[in-house]
Amino acid sequence: MNIRILTGGIAALTALGISIGGALAAEGKKHSIKPVAGSPLEEVWSGYRFAKPTTNQMQDDDFENPGMTWYDIGEANWSKKDGEAGKSCAECHKTEDMKGVGARYPIVDPKLNKLMNVEERVNYCRKTYMEAKPWKYDSNDMLGTVIYVKAQSRGMPVNVKIDGPAATYFEKGKKFYYQRRGQMDMSCAQCHEKYYGKLIRMNTLSQGQSNGFPVYRLKWQKPGSLHRRFKGCNKQVRSTPFKTGSDEYMALELYLAWRGTGLGVETPAVRN
Amino acid sequence: MAIKPRVKVPKSAKVGDTIQIKTLISHKMETGLRKDKKTGKKIPRQIINMFVAKFNGKQVFQAKMYPSISANPYIAFFLKVPEAGELDFTWTDDSGKTWSAKKKLAVS
Repeated sequence: MNIRILTGGIAALTALGISIGGALAAEGKKHSIKPVAGSPLEEVWSGYRFAKPTTNQMQDDDFENPGMTWYDIGEANWSKKDGEAGKSCAECHKTEDMKGVGARYPIVDPKLNKLMNVEERVNYCRKTYMEAKPWKYDSNDMLGTVIYVKAQSRGMPVNVKIDGPAATYFEKGKKFYYQRRGQMDMSCAQCHEKYYGKLIRMNTLSQGQSNGFPVYRLKWQKPGSLHRRFKGCNKQVRSTPFKTGSDEYMALELYLAWRGTGLGVETPAVRN
Repeated sequence: MAIKPRVKVPKSAKVGDTIQIKTLISHKMETGLRKDKKTGKKIPRQIINMFVAKFNGKQVFQAKMYPSISANPYIAFFLKVPEAGELDFTWTDDSGKTWSAKKKLAVS
């Protein structure tokens, strides 16, 4: 019985994959690729492959994609002067220079010797150079700016550094991923590595790839950061979530990005 | 959130053509059914209840909205082009606040 369900599920997914894959080949986007060496996955699938075609249609059309309204906020924020120093992002950075940031981050900053994601980087710039108040992770300003920055790298393959100073964070993230936690005693791997593609109640379990974040989630009716998603997952296994921007989540973000190495950046993706 | 509504209209069209017009506005569309978790009180309804599109001052499309419409409503409709002119879109929410956008349409 179990085997029948399994084959049925795989057949259905493969059929889905072929139909979507055919449409996307023309656009040159990659939603399923071979994993990086050392990955436990047989094939890396973007969340795009788990979403409904109607949801994907929303994502593919820049106009219809509701996440793009936040892109507009980010675009406005980019040249807006703020803080005591009266500077804007645009005074130091060209928008074109942001190309590749979304694929490269999180990185270990050599000067600060600290793992940083885009949100952290934005707040660091705000504090140090603009002398402005840091933004909260899920404020509209932060989401908009991060979407604006990461969207510049759309389609570029995710490629994070995990050697050198990042190695310790990588190990920490890996440990977090396989650590059972909460009342349900579940680890990330159980849903997103062992049983992806299967239903959990009415939702299809994805591989939990981070290439589309911040995503516009239909359930949230607004975009949300990756750390907000982590918190949601942690709550669902009935464990106490960590804080947004905590070292644990930062390390997990790095590990997750590595698992999705080669997937195109899809920010702002639309998910259910 | 003060964001401009997004409107997509083809720059030019032929007279008699049917064109698609897409609009998207950012609004939280509070249903009025949710409760504030801390105080237990109902959060008052705050939705966009009316969308009107005018072409050269004449109404060509209208949508009344009710609480089941999700946040950031996306509305698309078709228009048969009678002449060159200007499209004028207006959204009104429960507090009476309005957002508007204008787009020129040329005919070739």
